Amino acid sequence: MAVAFDEMNIPGGDLRPAYQELARWLKETPAEALEYRRQEAELLFRRIGITFAVYGDSESTERLIPFDVIPRIMSGKEWALLERGLKQRVRALNMFLRDIYHGRDILRAEVVPDDLIFQNPVFRPEMNGQQVPHDVYVHIAGIDIVRVDAEDFIVLEDNARTPSGVSYMLENREIMMRLFPDLFARHRVAPVERYPDELLAALRSVAPQSASGEPTVALLTPGVYNSAYYEHSFLADKLGIELVEGRDLIVKNNEVFMRTTEGVKRVDVIYRRVDDDFLDPLTFRPDSVLGVPGLMSAYAAGNITLANAVGTGIADDKAIYSYMPDIVKFYLGEEPILKNVPTWRCREPKDLAYVLDNLSELVVKEVHGSGGYGMLIGPAATKATIEAFREKLKREPEGFIAQPTLALSTCPTCTASGLAPRHVDLRPFVLTGSKSTTIVPGGLTRVALKEGSLVVNSSQGGGTKDTWILDE
Amino acid sequence: MLSRTAENLYWLARYVERAEYLARTIDATLRVTALPAAYIGKTNEWDSALLTAGVAASFYQTYEEANEHNVVEYLSFSPNNPSSIRNCIEAARLNSRSVRTALTSEMWDTINSAWIELQEVWSKGTSTREDLAKFLRFVQETSLRFDGSAYRTMLRNDAYWFSRMGVHIERADNTARILDVKYHVLLPEEEHVGGPLDFYQWSSILRSVSALTAYHWVYRETLKPWLIADLLILNDTLPRSLASCYGNLVRNLDQIGVAYGRQGPAQRHARGIRNRLEHSNMNDIFQHGVHEFIQEFIADNSRLGEIITKQYLI
Repeated sequence: MAVAFDEMNIPGGDLRPAYQELARWLKETPAEALEYRRQEAELLFRRIGITFAVYGDSESTERLIPFDVIPRIMSGKEWALLERGLKQRVRALNMFLRDIYHGRDILRAEVVPDDLIFQNPVFRPEMNGQQVPHDVYVHIAGIDIVRVDAEDFIVLEDNARTPSGVSYMLENREIMMRLFPDLFARHRVAPVERYPDELLAALRSVAPQSASGEPTVALLTPGVYNSAYYEHSFLADKLGIELVEGRDLIVKNNEVFMRTTEGVKRVDVIYRRVDDDFLDPLTFRPDSVLGVPGLMSAYAAGNITLANAVGTGIADDKAIYSYMPDIVKFYLGEEPILKNVPTWRCREPKDLAYVLDNLSELVVKEVHGSGGYGMLIGPAATKATIEAFREKLKREPEGFIAQPTLALSTCPTCTASGLAPRHVDLRPFVLTGSKSTTIVPGGLTRVALKEGSLVVNSSQGGGTKDTWILDE
Repeated sequence: MLSRTAENLYWLARYVERAEYLARTIDATLRVTALPAAYIGKTNEWDSALLTAGVAASFYQTYEEANEHNVVEYLSFSPNNPSSIRNCIEAARLNSRSVRTALTSEMWDTINSAWIELQEVWSKGTSTREDLAKFLRFVQETSLRFDGSAYRTMLRNDAYWFSRMGVHIERADNTARILDVKYHVLLPEEEHVGGPLDFYQWSSILRSVSALTAYHWVYRETLKPWLIADLLILNDTLPRSLASCYGNLVRNLDQIGVAYGRQGPAQRHARGIRNRLEHSNMNDIFQHGVHEFIQEFIADNSRLGEIITKQYLI
């Protein structure tokens, strides 16, 4: 594996311009002062209750995501490029979804193979021909971006279902501003705090036609035991909307209502953080107690907007991912601004053969997996693990894709032995409403805290950083 | 507001109030039992503590006899007692999490910090009297902080009123339960062989509702049982008296009625109880029988809880 691209240090001893002020500040700041504020940050997180649950972890059901106090910095110029690329990508995702659930031009043009859609469990036949307001399917997208050099941004994964993490983007900034006012005074950091306003505006803009002039928006959560519950309550609070659970909602005459102390009240837009499978026990999983019976018929009747729409999983599926550059070109007639990671589709015999021959150098992912589970990181795996994976792969090749092990870029990070480079990725949040697509400058930077580790997922020992876009 | 949110706020306030009451009960019982036997007579004060907490039946399913060790454990830390302080704090935190959006950050911080702090107490317990006293004080302070932050930071809307109703219904229940268990030491002088024993019982009752000093300010008298009963039942200047709780409940329910533009069975039922308290005097109550009066009150009070639930919370 090549030496990773470091976002602060240029080999030879120079600094990249965006990091110069930070480097000066770090030189002036004693290590103890940094450590002291790191502890203070942790205390704040715990008191605010910014925790997440790890499934299958019986020891403590609530854990903190480690927060690294060294910000990750990008120049305004770098951001401008990334922003353009993200908007292009999300436009294409929305057009792709509209097409898949209506005319299917892209299948007829044989850009994407039919069976990848129709045999895919995340394809929702219920959505065929269903109109969604303003043709927006993915109102909130979290696009995972990595860098391997100074020029390019690479999309690692599109998250078009119920992407999480934005509360960390906002809280990390709050805490950084509280703990490091001096550091902020020395930079011009673009603010992120208008995200909730933009999200609410986007959600209201896609209200169904039958909604009143002031559409009622609610956030649907699976409940307090969900791993992202903190985020749900945080966002509902910032948006000033009700945080509802399935049992708070009822459907009558194809309209959705919430039970309030003053009787029932109609809901027009649901920002749902419940997966498709659990939304409506009458349509999807009958054992779901998180959903609302009848919700899908209200949806079909056009009386409720779900954000994101049902069936968006077909756009962020890892099997579809490898076709994204073609999808962008097909709908927009433009070259994709953001690159894709070269991907071998194990469903194709030629690719499978290559993957099987090179397992020790590749990252192999389950097509339907998430959270960093069920993947093989060849260079870090033992022989036995690789062999076990080889068998899995042969049994069910269509369930996997493989990618080269990327030397993710690194950023300076606090470690037990002082500052050291650690691998990072970035999840910016892209909002699409009836009229526009917006992105607050920044996102959630995740950092693999273990030396050499490439896994940034919080469920597997990853941490987060505040992400600064300099306003030059 | 969402019915579930109102329900959570209401129960959150009840749990916090109950935790405080349990802490006070344990505290008061420790004081009485620390006295030489000659001063307290033969009653088992730990048994009384279980009765006033309303958990005697479940306690005796596990234990043969009540003593300091097992009652303190049961009321404070037992995960098996649904009403232990521990379970109250756990439930309060869970409720707080699920209604975070309806709480102010100060209220959340109070509950969450207390919960974090107490994790260690749950795992280690309290090995010394000093530890125990510290713990009981901490629980009472948490309740004061919670109440204070609600009072100082919440918007005066239905969320606040539902939360206050939880406080007052729980408080009325607690005060009534003490009276129910201890009524026999509160009978009027002529029917009662008073002695030094009862003095400590009386002060213990007052202490468990934090009304010992208040008593002296209100009556400027030595402790007299019927005055204690008067204070706890009818004196609406004492925040823990039944009369005061019902004054507040009627007010909160009226505020909700006005905000929603409609009254219902909860408003009527609460007014009925308040009117009865307003038009009673201690003489009548003694004639009618203190025990019967209190039993009726406890039933009426829990009935109000049910009516509120039906009218607003489901």
